Amino acid sequence: MHDKTLTELKAGLNAGDFSSRELTEHFLDRIKRHDGELNSFITVTEEQALRQADAADQAIAAGDHRLLTGLPIAHKDIFCTEGVRTSCGSRMLDNFIAPYTATAVEKMATEGAVMLGKTNMDEFAMGSSNETSFYGPVKNPWDTERVPGGSSGGAAAGLAARLAPGATGTDTGGSIRQPAALNGVTGLKPTYGRVSRWGMIAFASSLDQAGPLGLSAADCALMLQAMAGHDEKDSTCLNEPVDDYLGALDQSVDGLKIGVPEEFFPDNLDGAIADNAREAMRELEKQGAKLIKLSLPSIKLSVPAYYVIAPAEASSNLSRFDGVRFGYRCEDPKDLEDLYKRSRSEGFGAEVKRRILVGTYALSAGYYDAYYKRAQKVRRLIRDDFSRAFKDVDVIMGPTSPETAFKLGAKADDPVNMYMADVFTIAVNLAGLPALSMPSGFINGLPAGTQVIGNYFQEGRILNVAHRYQMATDWHQQAPGGFA
Amino acid sequence: MSHSGNWEVVIGLEVHVQLATQSKIFSGTSTQTGDDPNRHASLIDLGMPGTLPVVNKEAIRNAVRFGLAVNADIARRSVFERKNYFYPDLPKGYQTTQLAEPIVGAGEVEIQLESGDKKLVRIHHAHLEEDAGKSLHEDFHGQTGIDLNRAGTPLIEIVSEPDMSSAEEAVAFARKLHSIVTSLGICDGDMSQGNMRFDVNISVRRPGEPLGTRTETKNLNSFRFMEKAIALEVARQIDVLEDGGEIVQETRLYNGETNTARSMRTKEDANDYRYFPCPDLLPVMVSEEDIQTLRDELPELPDARKARYIEQYQLSAYDADLLSGSIATARYFETAAEHGGDAKLAANWVMGELAAKLNAEDKDIADSPVSAEHLGELIQRLKDGTISSKIAKQVFEACWNGDGSPDRIIEAQGLKQMSDSGELEKIVDQVIADSPAQVEDYRNSDDAKRKKKIGFFVGQVMKATQGKANPQQVNQLLQQKL
Repeated sequence: MHDKTLTELKAGLNAGDFSSRELTEHFLDRIKRHDGELNSFITVTEEQALRQADAADQAIAAGDHRLLTGLPIAHKDIFCTEGVRTSCGSRMLDNFIAPYTATAVEKMATEGAVMLGKTNMDEFAMGSSNETSFYGPVKNPWDTERVPGGSSGGAAAGLAARLAPGATGTDTGGSIRQPAALNGVTGLKPTYGRVSRWGMIAFASSLDQAGPLGLSAADCALMLQAMAGHDEKDSTCLNEPVDDYLGALDQSVDGLKIGVPEEFFPDNLDGAIADNAREAMRELEKQGAKLIKLSLPSIKLSVPAYYVIAPAEASSNLSRFDGVRFGYRCEDPKDLEDLYKRSRSEGFGAEVKRRILVGTYALSAGYYDAYYKRAQKVRRLIRDDFSRAFKDVDVIMGPTSPETAFKLGAKADDPVNMYMADVFTIAVNLAGLPALSMPSGFINGLPAGTQVIGNYFQEGRILNVAHRYQMATDWHQQAPGGFA
Repeated sequence: MSHSGNWEVVIGLEVHVQLATQSKIFSGTSTQTGDDPNRHASLIDLGMPGTLPVVNKEAIRNAVRFGLAVNADIARRSVFERKNYFYPDLPKGYQTTQLAEPIVGAGEVEIQLESGDKKLVRIHHAHLEEDAGKSLHEDFHGQTGIDLNRAGTPLIEIVSEPDMSSAEEAVAFARKLHSIVTSLGICDGDMSQGNMRFDVNISVRRPGEPLGTRTETKNLNSFRFMEKAIALEVARQIDVLEDGGEIVQETRLYNGETNTARSMRTKEDANDYRYFPCPDLLPVMVSEEDIQTLRDELPELPDARKARYIEQYQLSAYDADLLSGSIATARYFETAAEHGGDAKLAANWVMGELAAKLNAEDKDIADSPVSAEHLGELIQRLKDGTISSKIAKQVFEACWNGDGSPDRIIEAQGLKQMSDSGELEKIVDQVIADSPAQVEDYRNSDDAKRKKKIGFFVGQVMKATQGKANPQQVNQLLQQKL
């Protein structure tokens, strides 16, 4: 049952091949058996999952088939879920029982989804290896000595090991796409404003976007169909009609213009990674797509610009964790200042503190113009580069990550090297564009991913491209051994 | 305190105006006050993780209304920013406010001074922001309680240019702003509740010299305190400078009860607020159409009302300014004038007897025990000769003390002016008969002296009638009979 895609499981549920309860129990059982090794879940909500599964079975019996009725989904622990601990991977929120539910989760629940639990993540989504989690690192199921990527590492690893058939993640600088690539699954970051941010604990508000991770592009389309849409509670959530992502999947890619930016294939890029992405594009070329070389000169500046803007916003977003109203509070504070200092020093981990400091510095009087303002200018240049490119091409492709999964601890003491893991994904967040990563083969037994970037609100198009690719390849069907 | 030579005083104001919207600026929670702490603290007001602000459109409209009322430029695009600092009653660790791109740009306000002079005070800008909560230090046994009912209440902060050069001008400007926002209906103007708060920036210099170092005085919750606080700070600064000292840039807290002020924090303690545009909110766009609609809907503003009073009621500019200044006073005056059928009399009563009483008992005109309708009734009785002005004051006093309407008081206390000339004639005859010496003296006097001496007889008659006689009638009768 667990090797099936969400799309196949949906058909099985509707045909009465199995019940949602059976399906849910099956995945809960797999989590019990295998997650000790992987650590992909922070919280498993068994009781609630079974309740939701029973309700789904009743709905199916009554002929009420919604988009996700009865399908088990794992939510990243960054989404508030009423009555359930929502830790954001941090000691700061280890005791935080969310009093409300995030819109993205709520919308999936309304479509009948069953929540299996909350997945592990880098603390406050700050990291590219899932090693910054208060709950310990997640292991990559393809090689448990390696990282799953981050920050949605629990989602991607759990999905790859088939502990859940579908998952949600969030992507601020690559946090859905990079772990998807490193675990051999498909992950989509939608257009900024496509999915509501209400209830999603903010890292960098102008970059954060929720999206699905699945075993296939079709599964991502199915989940996005449920997640996307306007939300009055989020001023930055756009009021644009939601396209029929499922309906667009099968379109031909004959004549599709694929932009290939030279900046995604720099001289120092690992040849195997470059070849892997080129091979994926050749497959689409076989189906009639045209490859067009282009240049996005400003994206070279995306990592430095990102590491000013994201920490700046984070330094402000994380101010609310002060030990006063919720979350971690130090023991016996002497006075107010002591309460603040110790609650925050003890509650936050090293990477979070590093980014708060960087962001605080970037916004300080006298430095604001030199850092934050300039970074915003770079951001506009990057956006302009993409806009120009999309006049000539339909999608832009390249490798998702400059490397496959690296060893646990390999970069732990080298933050700048770690930040480079997101070199190909960050520009997309700065521009606010939709992009996905799809499995495109293996390098030394480890999954590699190829990124497909679309123009604003072209989620349907990039899902379609990935789906056509997956119709012709079986990389996405490969599962790691050892999790039977 | 005597100071040598000339000092120029330079004053600028920062005014916080709490907007009278039904709900908070970013959360939709009720702005109702007076309930239990944290009764109106929603997930957003608490700064819960994952919550997001959505701007209250009525708050935007109110800010635009204010801008239009002071002839300011309205920004077609304005931007909310975050002002970052830690404080327990600031739930998010930042205040959402506007800095670089405020919604209301430069404007101006005309103030009327007692000398009859007018002066223009420029407004630098006005911006929208959210209020913080309150820290409660009592009843928590050495700990501090936090009440977030007020957190997120919409404010506009109005920043003036340093155009005022005396306490009188500063107070006139403050009153004018009060009058504008209450006339617009965007604020209830209740200073005692902090719904309108004034911070005064003050510096002094010798004529011709560059601007001196300024201080900011906070916590001025009445116009009277503002006036006193300015006088206090100006005197302090001049003292310091004349003693060869230097003014330290600082924030000072005024205590109205003791008429003292103390330094709250100096510039060195100032936070770096690390302002940056709030990424959770889109820029606020105001269209030409929105502006036109709001302009068309503007109510009568104090300047227009003042002009109308001068024109319609023939009031002096100063009187018209006083009466039109506060919307509550204006409403009271117009109602009294209408009911009384005499604007001039109404104006005199409102600025005279009523103002004195309100002042003496520290009451707001809106809470006046004598309603505008009752004052109108009193004026009517005065006009139609039912009572004399002396008796009118007596009736007013009774009405103030809750004895009922003027008509009822006149009836119940038998204060009606004597209109029966036969009865009055008898009393006049009696007074003349009882005062032969004075009659003799009167008759031997010339016209000029007689005019003075008749007062004695009038007084006697009034005494005999307990003031109920019509003084004019008494005069006439006496002149005939003497």
